[in-house]
Amino acid sequence: MFNCKNVKTIFQREFKSYFDSPVAYVFLVAFLVLIGFLTFGVAMYYERRQANLMPFFFWHPWVYLLLIPAVTMGLWSEERRSGTIELLLTLPITLTEALVGKFLAAWAFIGIALGLTFPVVATTAWLGDPDGGAVFCGYFGSLLLAGACVAIGVFASALSRSQVIGFVIALAICFLMLIIGFDPVINAVANWGVPSKIVDAVASCSLMQHYDAMRRGVVDLADIGYYVGVMVFMLAAAKLVTERGK
Amino acid sequence: MLKVKNLKKSFGSFQAVKGISFEVGKGEVLGFLGPNGAGKSTTMRMITGFLPPSDGTAEICGHDILLDPVGAKSCIGYLPENAPSYRTMTVTDFLTFIAKVRGFTGAEVKSKVEAALEKAQLTTVRGQTIETLSKGFRQRTCFAQAIIHDPKVLIMDEPTDGLDPNQKFVVRKMIREMAEDKAIIVSTHILEEVDAVCTRALIIAHGEIKADGTPNELRAKDPSGELDVVFRKLTMNGEEAANV
Repeated sequence: MFNCKNVKTIFQREFKSYFDSPVAYVFLVAFLVLIGFLTFGVAMYYERRQANLMPFFFWHPWVYLLLIPAVTMGLWSEERRSGTIELLLTLPITLTEALVGKFLAAWAFIGIALGLTFPVVATTAWLGDPDGGAVFCGYFGSLLLAGACVAIGVFASALSRSQVIGFVIALAICFLMLIIGFDPVINAVANWGVPSKIVDAVASCSLMQHYDAMRRGVVDLADIGYYVGVMVFMLAAAKLVTERGK
Repeated sequence: MLKVKNLKKSFGSFQAVKGISFEVGKGEVLGFLGPNGAGKSTTMRMITGFLPPSDGTAEICGHDILLDPVGAKSCIGYLPENAPSYRTMTVTDFLTFIAKVRGFTGAEVKSKVEAALEKAQLTTVRGQTIETLSKGFRQRTCFAQAIIHDPKVLIMDEPTDGLDPNQKFVVRKMIREMAEDKAIIVSTHILEEVDAVCTRALIIAHGEIKADGTPNELRAKDPSGELDVVFRKLTMNGEEAANV
């Protein structure tokens, strides 16, 4: 039994709780400053003299790597630390509803941060004529990538009552899942003599590879399926861990 | 209203609850007495569906907590130990959240929240965030969430622990006022609570029920007629008793 109304209620509480403290605003500012600096400063957006968002989308995985664990680290660990997990799980809701509500709230929060990057799109549109489809695909891919990182963060947060541990584990898993599909790493591993089939198989499990296609403007159902799969898997793992850790 | 059937709980090789069975009917306030570590909280957590039992089950208003957890939980109001709540929320927002999870919608949410604020005497602090409240108010806020849906079964884990005498008086008064049409369990290790609110008491130690009866029946178990003597006799093992 899955009651969407319960998910909505949990979602609303979690989402609002981000804005109950300065955390949300600090995060949003940090996210936008970092993305802006990497796009315009490091990736030389203007110097490239091309009206597209490739340098913008390129940095998203690395910014998510750093900031998403900070958003998700308290989702379960804080419930455990403060004892509210006992209150929450004795209400007439299922653990799955609570998990999905929390996950969607964190994902929606990242979605807002992503939405606030619209000035980058506006700048590009003002300077030239970017491909609208490619821009949409880039944002869509970035949102899916964020969803997968959030699900990993939910799982990591469920592992312990310490937010720090939740942060570090989420960061470690996300880093591993990104790096195994990062071109310089793939090339280095291939040069060590590892068979290309194995390298390709491992790389295909990476968050990065599936994002790469989308940020270039190609949306494949298999890529969408991959991200949905990661989210479902991580939430199922979080459920198992929460049930065992009560 | 509440049937507990042979509940057992083990954590690894340690058996915290060793087969507890009892029933609580409408109008009864059952005192769940026992020293720290006796298994009171573990038993309550199993009854409320937070912990899965190793064996046995509980039936709340006809709903089995293992087979129909959502149905069973909707009949229970639960005040966990230490009265946890979301501290960054205001009292009203917190109760509104609980009312919505409890299935109320529209104007009903507001009326339930108002009634709970009134019953728990929280109207003066309704707009304050919970983290700014004193312990007594925090306890009452959690108490308000437990009664917001007018549950048939009310379970409270040490509801007066750490409160000053005035706050204890208020909480006990609220329990007595609600006792008429509910089955209530109050866990405590404060013996004066038994006389203050309970119609029946159950003494538990080392994960087992040691005695079950009205306060007077329990007193009759020792010639002194004092509840604390009976409590010590039943809950201390031989070695502990010898050292007293």
